[in-house]
Amino acid sequence: MKFETPATTNPIDALKIVGKPFGRIDGPLKTTGKAPYAYERHDVVSNPAYGYVVGSAIAKGRIARIDLAAAKAAPGVRAIVTADNAGQLGKGERNTAKLLGGPEIEHYHQAIALVVADTFEQARAAAELLRVDYTKAEGAFDLAAVKGTGEPRPLFGGPADTALGDFSSAFAAAPVQLDATYTTPDQAHAMMEPHASIAAWDGDKLTLWTSNQMIAWGVTDIAKTLGIAKENVRLVSPFVGGGFGGKLFVRSDALLAALGARAVGRPVKVALQRPLMFNNTTHRPATIQRIRIGANRDGKITAIGHEEWSGNLPGGRPEGAVSQTRLLYAGANRMTATRLAALDLAEGNAMRAPGEASGMMALEIAIDEMAEKLGIDPIEFRILNDTQNDPERPARPFSQRQLTECFRTGAERFGWSKRDPRPGRVRDGRWMIGIGAAAAFRSNLLVKSAARVRLDRAGIVTVETDMTDIGTGSYTIIAQTAAEMMGVPLEKVVVRLGDSSFPVSSGSGGQFGGNNSTAGVYAACVKLREAIAQKLGFNSAEAEFADGEVRAGNRRVPLAQAAADGGLTAEDGIEYGDLDKKYQQSTFGAHFVEVGVDSATAEIRVRRMLAVCAAGRILNPKTARSQIIGAMTMGVGAALMEELVVDKRAGFFVNHDLAAYEVPVHADIPHQDMIFLDETDPVSSPMKAKGVAELGICGVAAAVANAIYNATGVRVREYPITLDKLLEQMPDVG
Amino acid sequence: MKSFTYERAQSPAAAAAAAARHPDAKFIAGGTNLLDLMKLEIETPAHLIDVNGLALDKIEPTQEGGLRIGALVRNTDLAADARVRRDYAVLSRALLAGASGQLRNKATTAGNLLQRTRCPYFYDTNQPCNKRKPGSGCAAIGGFSRQHAIVGASDACIATHPSDMAVAMRALDAAVETVRPNGATRTIPIAEFHRLPGNTPHVETALSPGELITAVTLPKPTGGVQIYRKVRDRASYAFALVSVAAIVQRDGTGHVALGGVAHKPWRLESADAQLPRGAKAVTAELLSGAKPTRENAFKLPLVERTLGAVLTEAKG
Ligand SMILES: Cc1cc2nc3c(=O)[nH]c(=O)nc-3n(C[C@H](O)[C@H](O)[C@H](O)COP(=O)(O)OP(=O)(O)OC[C@H]3O[C@@H](n4cnc5c(N)ncnc54)[C@H](O)[C@@H]3O)c2cc1C
Ligand code: SF4
Repeated sequence: MKFETPATTNPIDALKIVGKPFGRIDGPLKTTGKAPYAYERHDVVSNPAYGYVVGSAIAKGRIARIDLAAAKAAPGVRAIVTADNAGQLGKGERNTAKLLGGPEIEHYHQAIALVVADTFEQARAAAELLRVDYTKAEGAFDLAAVKGTGEPRPLFGGPADTALGDFSSAFAAAPVQLDATYTTPDQAHAMMEPHASIAAWDGDKLTLWTSNQMIAWGVTDIAKTLGIAKENVRLVSPFVGGGFGGKLFVRSDALLAALGARAVGRPVKVALQRPLMFNNTTHRPATIQRIRIGANRDGKITAIGHEEWSGNLPGGRPEGAVSQTRLLYAGANRMTATRLAALDLAEGNAMRAPGEASGMMALEIAIDEMAEKLGIDPIEFRILNDTQNDPERPARPFSQRQLTECFRTGAERFGWSKRDPRPGRVRDGRWMIGIGAAAAFRSNLLVKSAARVRLDRAGIVTVETDMTDIGTGSYTIIAQTAAEMMGVPLEKVVVRLGDSSFPVSSGSGGQFGGNNSTAGVYAACVKLREAIAQKLGFNSAEAEFADGEVRAGNRRVPLAQAAADGGLTAEDGIEYGDLDKKYQQSTFGAHFVEVGVDSATAEIRVRRMLAVCAAGRILNPKTARSQIIGAMTMGVGAALMEELVVDKRAGFFVNHDLAAYEVPVHADIPHQDMIFLDETDPVSSPMKAKGVAELGICGVAAAVANAIYNATGVRVREYPITLDKLLEQMPDVG
Repeated sequence: MKSFTYERAQSPAAAAAAAARHPDAKFIAGGTNLLDLMKLEIETPAHLIDVNGLALDKIEPTQEGGLRIGALVRNTDLAADARVRRDYAVLSRALLAGASGQLRNKATTAGNLLQRTRCPYFYDTNQPCNKRKPGSGCAAIGGFSRQHAIVGASDACIATHPSDMAVAMRALDAAVETVRPNGATRTIPIAEFHRLPGNTPHVETALSPGELITAVTLPKPTGGVQIYRKVRDRASYAFALVSVAAIVQRDGTGHVALGGVAHKPWRLESADAQLPRGAKAVTAELLSGAKPTRENAFKLPLVERTLGAVLTEAKG
């Protein structure tokens, strides 16, 4: 189905099932431990051998010698895979560094061997017996030091640089100016389930039970890396224990499991050891961001400029932190620039809202700083510079944009009017209290997505698509879509996901999964409805599908009857025309945060949070809320603690386990409130929905930062905002 | 993890004797630290002596009016004991500020005293570390040292001792009771139990090879306001940046020990003497000769400010 003009009324609009807060249909499987995650596929693979990954001990250089003898002779060892014996390997289109390194080493903990043994413990013990001599090479590990060598690189969805009007002159002429630099550190996805795979070969056919967000990409890249035909690769990933972008791409677990299984002629399972995950896989790259804003005294922005520097391995992508600045606030004279320098740290890549999450961390502090210079309430300043058109291409409207409504609703609910704009004025015992706000912004992406739908004799509707559920609720919203379309209760729908033998979906990433995958299911259901109508002798345009029946006029036939002499199957997908060119499709929100800062220790604790979001039709308010509050939690982590610390001498992330890389725990997260504004966006898809999962993180960290400023009067521009950065400017202890 | 042999000790003396028979032996109690280190081959015992069956899990009054805490008393039980909560509140508070509920259910009194540093380079066997591999160097010096020591460190090692419990015990003048392989017992004052790194950061305590901790004793209660204040980036489940254990009497005298600043719980009796003069004076004495790194210099003002807040709180 081609979606080329805005949606009109369709069966989804009945909203009997879509839009209702159903609990996750896969919830009981998860809470009873029955959901089959990749490493525990005892149901499909018996007697696997175990692989243990060995990571490089240096960041850059070569393996001079690798001695496998002792490890090979260790009890239970079946094979050791290295670049020497793995045969010719290619590289996936979406991988920057090789998944199996050697002799060349591109980054710390790059996999250099897989030890395969009968038990996990034997593989682990033998792995320690590998003797590797390296020849180290000089590397670049310090972004600030190499920033000047950065070159323009396009970012996802746009060119490296953009410009409109005459930024320099307008900025120079502006009566009120801000010129500030902000930094965000490297961050880890730190999802619960590590990358994990079981591989089994049947002749030249490979099956990988893995944990992956994008099944079709994975098939292509594994085939390319192994130099085999795509048709010979099957990926199965029905449950994913978190990914946040870290599982968009196949990683070393999958490749090494495949190579190990080939070497030992038996299925092999590999889970990346936690201490390897931070340097072996991808991470959100650090940024340095310079923001300049010029405005008239009345608060109208006349010039806005945002420059980003990030680093990556040669061939990698920039973070893209300027992307929201192209779209968020009005201003006639504008510029953005993206510079990428070469760094020899592990590969930087997508993490929840790549680009915008980092960019909003900086931009939304800058906006507050500017508002203060102007003496305007920071929310009013944002509203004053709100726009309904793409600021860089003013002829192009937003399909929906309720930024102002988000702020107004949130301000009312949060009690913004009670905020004292003078910093450091509010106390609650030993706590200094502050309130901050920030905009949330993330664009909505259109990605084609297909599905197959089958009706059987019992009236059960089965949906198959290679869409993944990474903890987001895909199973549930897909079931709701099919139930609504086919006029059956939710219990009559079976959803099967994450298998490359199913039609190719959007996959999960970039908050595009929810809207696109359900739109694909919608398309397949439209086709199935036609087949059913025809079979039962209805005019498909008139037929109503409801309560397990097909009806028109006063004729009603049970739906299942259409499948009486065998199942009916339909397959289709959604494809998009140019509605995303004609309109800018984005999601909006406003974050509100109250913090307490300990007046003695400068410890920062979040006390209250609220997000108001406008993100198209909300397909399931319960799963969508979970996405938002989870993202708010991650935003608190980004604000207050998350940082992969670079050892600039040896070139690696030092705090590479979950004891040292801190993410928020329950005690860090207070009551979280969230509101969805009523919105449907007929321009986005027949579902009239947009993404929410990444919107929720964008802006949170800046709202926390702004609240800290309001509490203490200390402005910190380097994330994470830890107590040591406040201490010097804290008031004397009484 | 290296393969190892395993036995269950039948008595404390037998456990110590078994340790003497196996030079590469380690005792295992809760295992919450030892097993993690064994998986990474930071600890590589060839033999494990499981002490969990020893009847060292009681908290009993001593003749002197104090308490004897068995080496195997779990952190959860110790923190919840009514006598500890009433008479040694700083200990209870320190325990509850540490780790998580699940870990405290497993962690033992002896194991907690003997837990090893959380220096990230100690945990990465690719990196030089004198504590893990004597003579290999110290990657933390000139590296990521935000968590590290500001006092009592050496050119060989700047690690901190991570325990919260031990800081409270230091403030309480606890003592460690042990039995040696020859059956002899002794009592080591907590002040002498943990060592500074010097040139031998791998030698962390006064224990001799095979020596088993049987108990920790606390002297007669001294009363006073007892506070444990742990400062950290995350609200729970994080090691201290700095911590303060304080016992303050009505007349302003008392004891103060610091965590997160040294290779051992840090207390100077000469600093205690400054207590009536306030946080600044106490801190000046406690941290005199401090040699912070650029990354952890903030701990100096942080100690003073935290102590100041604690003393204000103690005054009520
Ligand atoms: C994620 C995490 C977070 C943590 N956070 C904190 C924290 O915030 N604060 C804190 O204080 N601690 C923290 N801990 C550490 C925890 O307190 C220790 O792991 C625990 O106390 C160790 O006790 P155990 O009985 O498990 O010791 P084990 O792991 O069994 O043993 C530790 C050491 O003690 C030796 N040993 C044990 N018993 C005896 C004995 N009777 N005689 C002689 N030697 C003995 C062992 O041989 C070993 O060397 C944390 C631990 C983890 C894993
Ligand atoms: S500080 Fe101590 S533990 Fe850390 S690397 Fe140096 S020697 Fe090892």
